[in-house]
Amino acid sequence: MTTHNHDDVPSRRKVLECMTWAGTGVLWTISGGVPRSLGIIDEAQAAESKGFTFLQISDSHVGFDKPANPNAKGTLEEAIARIKAIPAKPAFMIHTGDITHLSKQSEFDDAEHIISQAMLDVHYVPGEHDIIDPEIKIYKERYGRGTKGAGYYSFDANGVHFLGLVNVANLKGGGLGSLGDEQLKWIEDDLKGKSASTPIVVFAHIPLWTVYPTWGWGTEDGERALSLMKRFGSVTVLNGHIHQVMQKVEGNVTFHTARSTAFPQPAPGTAPSPGPMRVEDAKLRMMLGTASITFKQGEQRLAIVDTPLQS
Amino acid sequence: MNRARRRALGALAGFVTFAVIPRASRAHDTEVQIDNFVFNPQQITVTAGATVTWVNHDDIPHTVTSQTGVFRSKALDTDDKFSFTFATAGSYPYFCALHPHMTGTIVVEANSGKS
Repeated sequence: MTTHNHDDVPSRRKVLECMTWAGTGVLWTISGGVPRSLGIIDEAQAAESKGFTFLQISDSHVGFDKPANPNAKGTLEEAIARIKAIPAKPAFMIHTGDITHLSKQSEFDDAEHIISQAMLDVHYVPGEHDIIDPEIKIYKERYGRGTKGAGYYSFDANGVHFLGLVNVANLKGGGLGSLGDEQLKWIEDDLKGKSASTPIVVFAHIPLWTVYPTWGWGTEDGERALSLMKRFGSVTVLNGHIHQVMQKVEGNVTFHTARSTAFPQPAPGTAPSPGPMRVEDAKLRMMLGTASITFKQGEQRLAIVDTPLQS
Repeated sequence: MNRARRRALGALAGFVTFAVIPRASRAHDTEVQIDNFVFNPQQITVTAGATVTWVNHDDIPHTVTSQTGVFRSKALDTDDKFSFTFATAGSYPYFCALHPHMTGTIVVEANSGKS
């Protein structure tokens, strides 16, 4: 991995080099909307202590017990233990969906019991595994209070505007993830009156950009949502679903997907299907993990650090 | 014809009768396998009255959801099955509501009268 000179705008090629590197951690900052890779984890942790930090966890799949990880509950517990051990307490946590594997009450109970031990507020969005019951009752009763549709909402923290979106409900045959007209209209209204200098963070389960349509890894109307955010100087899109770190930068928008805490999935097109990937036991924890995101007020900088359960 | 041979033929006849009767009642029934996020076969033609059974072999749950609201399975976990009997001729496109890029079609032809 190359450490880029801070004064240079990284070329697209260098950004791509960074994208292919998914080892112990990578730090991204945004300055004036231009993302820069600063270095790896030590530098990131140093930066972290000075800013407003929140955490992202994703794809816990509580209830999953297949060979790719017979103990998804155990690896979620490990992730939460690591979060508890972070010296500078993050402001809160976001969970980008697939909390459970089969939307069972007992799975939601277990997930809540484990995640609550982090002693942090958690902002959730559902994954397709969380809304298997036809009326999406279980998820909405637990996490959907005060939200619209199948559970979308927005909030502000430290001058940053957050939008939690749902792109896993009412999917159409042959299609990808979908936000739908009603939610798009709500996004437009929600952003009205926000100044262009407000940093925007969007989080949803399925990547909002097209990662690999053959495996359904994309959101068919994601582009429409992003077009509503064009005037903002800093937009960060955080997703899960694909169980691996992937990053893309386009103009003022940084896209980032987090690791799962349950099981890895193959890189696009490298396997017959996107199903759970079996790896040697010794390697599993290197492919699971969490992400932390830091804003530095006044500097318009944002840093994302991915941390595996074991490096 | 010696006795042993007659007995063999009798046994064969018995076997044929035994084999044909149960088959007749489910001559059109068929299975669709779900493997690697694909419905296999993706398109299948059956006659009216046939029951189609889907079996999920993946480590990830899938659903069998009619695009026109005719049928909808619950989430099928590994090795779970879902069956639906198609009474009326027509084309029935369906997909997995969890992974909508997974699609398939059941084509049902009118029963010509013979059972």
